[in-house]
Amino acid sequence: MESTEQIVARINAAIPTAKAVLVPNEAPSGQTSILVATDLGRKVALWLRDDAQLRLDYLSNATGVDWPELVTKQKVKKKKVVDGVEKEVEEVVESRRPPYLEAVYHLYSMELKHGPVVLRLRTGNRSDAVTLPSLTPVWRGAELQEREIYDLYGIQFEGHPDLRRLLMWEEFVDHPMRKDYVEPDDYEYEPTPHDEVLTKAKTHYEMGQPAASPK
Amino acid sequence: MHDTRHLDSQAQPSYRVESRGHHGASDLLEVSMGPQHPSTHGVFRMDVVLDGERVVKLKPVFGYLHRNHEKIAENTTYLASMPYTDRLDYLCSLTNNWAYALAVEKLAGLQPPERAEYIRVITAELTRLTNHICLIGFLLQDMGASGTPLMYAFRERENILDLFESLTGARMMCNYMRFGGCRVDLPPGWLEQTSQVLDRFPKFLEEFDRLISGNEILIARTQGVGVLPRDLAIQSSATGPVLRASGVNYDIRKVDKYGIYDRFSFRVPLGEHGDVYDRYMVRVLEMHESLGILKKAIQDIPPGPIVDPKAKIRGFRPKAGEAYGRIEGPKGELGFYLISDGSPNPYRYRVRPPSLINLTALEDMCLGQTIADAVIILGSIDIVLGEVDR
Amino acid sequence: MLGTGLIKGMAETARNFAGSFFQEDRLTTVQYPEERIPTKEAARSFPFLVFDGDDAAKGLRCVSCQICEKECPPQCIYIVKDTTKKPDYMGKLQFQPKIFDIDVSVCMSCQICVEVCPFDAIKMNVEYEMSRFGRFEDLLIHKQQLAKPNEYFHKIHPTDAAEVDARLAAEKLKAEAKAKADAEAKVKAAAAAAAAAAAAATATPATGAAPKPKPATPAAPAAPASVDQPAKPAVTTPPAPSTP
Repeated sequence: MESTEQIVARINAAIPTAKAVLVPNEAPSGQTSILVATDLGRKVALWLRDDAQLRLDYLSNATGVDWPELVTKQKVKKKKVVDGVEKEVEEVVESRRPPYLEAVYHLYSMELKHGPVVLRLRTGNRSDAVTLPSLTPVWRGAELQEREIYDLYGIQFEGHPDLRRLLMWEEFVDHPMRKDYVEPDDYEYEPTPHDEVLTKAKTHYEMGQPAASPK
Repeated sequence: MHDTRHLDSQAQPSYRVESRGHHGASDLLEVSMGPQHPSTHGVFRMDVVLDGERVVKLKPVFGYLHRNHEKIAENTTYLASMPYTDRLDYLCSLTNNWAYALAVEKLAGLQPPERAEYIRVITAELTRLTNHICLIGFLLQDMGASGTPLMYAFRERENILDLFESLTGARMMCNYMRFGGCRVDLPPGWLEQTSQVLDRFPKFLEEFDRLISGNEILIARTQGVGVLPRDLAIQSSATGPVLRASGVNYDIRKVDKYGIYDRFSFRVPLGEHGDVYDRYMVRVLEMHESLGILKKAIQDIPPGPIVDPKAKIRGFRPKAGEAYGRIEGPKGELGFYLISDGSPNPYRYRVRPPSLINLTALEDMCLGQTIADAVIILGSIDIVLGEVDR
Repeated sequence: MLGTGLIKGMAETARNFAGSFFQEDRLTTVQYPEERIPTKEAARSFPFLVFDGDDAAKGLRCVSCQICEKECPPQCIYIVKDTTKKPDYMGKLQFQPKIFDIDVSVCMSCQICVEVCPFDAIKMNVEYEMSRFGRFEDLLIHKQQLAKPNEYFHKIHPTDAAEVDARLAAEKLKAEAKAKADAEAKVKAAAAAAAAAAAAATATPATGAAPKPKPATPAAPAAPASVDQPAKPAVTTPPAPSTP
């Protein structure tokens, strides 16, 4: 199978507005992914499925990932002119990763028996622009998995035939797999409390150290 | 009238059941099968709409066994998630362990030694045998052969579970694979015991064949029932025996050749019709093939270390990156998708559950069949709720 | 003929039924609780603490390093360190646990605590008949109930216990040998210092410009500040002995 860079080049040649970009991966697995502009997600998916060389007719896995805003400070050595002399100075560079939700699709080919090709679609942000095109019309196997992503992350899939919650009950409000999800305060008695559970136990029990008193 | 709140959801008016006007009042019966039902293989609910006995609409409802395994994994270390993977598909814990270990090895660049790979193949094929035994037993139980084939099958399964207990310490929740190899080496005499169990196994398969495979009731109830056409199977991302019974030759052991499966020659049984009988027979034939793989693995296993020397038990911090590792589990493709950000806990931990995704086409398979057939079709897909809901 | 499959099946069942009176492997029911299948050697149910010797308080191997508490996946271990130390099997002073509780209703028998313990203090028991009436208090096992002697460990896991004992004995031998070597080196250093002092007293007028002896190293605290590291032969005085 051709490499991810070649696939990205061919996508950009076939659908120029897709703005396909290679997302690197430093792990030894070497599975790099393709990031595509959101509004053309379904068109790229159809192209990937029907292209003669790729024939990616099998959607193996559809996942949601939550990327909250991250500001990292890094010390970088830069050459600067200080008092007329060029010196290497350490500067603190701030890099900001904007917040977004992401849907990752792993695609394989049952006909040609190759893969994986990893497709990524990102939303605008985590609060109001959380719509992505549903790939269920392209691969029917995405139906239940996209429902799960909607349930656990809150990504609205436009074009999905039946977007309901999958694992949580229908009246449930929040999206549990997000990084900023706050659990409801439903503390149950635990005789061996640790760390956060210990702080929770202290708010419910006066002693706060039930395990310390042997019965 | 019937309370339709559980069928209606505010966002989906298309799901509302329409009454057939020319008969006056609605003829359709809405039944909620489950979640407590002896034949739904766990806490699983199906909202079926019946016209007499024929299924008109079927919506599966999950989430009764949801234990937020993926969120727990984000808050604990990589090693501490390993016992939780046992409990995903609780009938095949060793293959779950292997899939997770494979994904982490891809993420961290570890390579298990030869002996560990052979042990992994042996335990995985034994797990495949136990799982298919469970399936043929439970499927026949669902059909009404109340318990006899099930107990015959479980008699063999006990021998294999005894093998697991002497190797790993526990019958079902084995927690045996580690990143880069296995936890402990084979105890002395284990390979001989395994050979003895495998020598008795073909006799069991013959006995089971004589007991039930020629049974007219079985043939009448399963042939032509619950047909999954080939194109729909590929489209719905079905994997494992469900896919192969529909005639698609896709076995991850042959496609990805993970581990050392390229050293074993085995056949992949394919079905022609995609009905319940094909799914049952594909699994019986897979058991025969697993016996061949096991015999060769037991012969060829070399001595040596069982864990990669670079692997660490405590303080394991893979570099930032992501990996997707998958194996051919007994139920289908079991995959783990891991994203690491350099800390001891994974950033994103995702289980690709074969049971859940094989259920995508459940409604299509059941439309037009009777409600009794719906039970059998569900049984033939072989779901375990621990995996569906995680 | 329609029905041959059914008849063959029923013949199989009859064969099994008749055979259960004569053949061992066809009668698979074990009349529990009158009969019990013996557990395998590697079986595991819940953890217990090992102590050497007869006294649980004195011989407990656990030094309350809290590694098992941190690595336990469901966090069922609760440890509180004691401030007084006690000597371990090698004689070195170590911490000990004041409270060591395991919540058996939470424990999932995964054996990770056993794997990560650096002191072979916590091992897996095989006892599985642990039903109790109290839901929380009775399933919380304290240190006194968890501590079991090394002989019990030998009884339930003979191979493991033998291997642990051999390893600990080897480490103890190594530590003793090292302690002996250190003690011998100290004695030799003291002798060298005494000889050097005697020689320096006689040779001081002649060797006024002799290089000043180096200051004492920590390996020879008792010797006066005139001797190098015992491993190196002294460079100044001829009568200085060469070390082994």
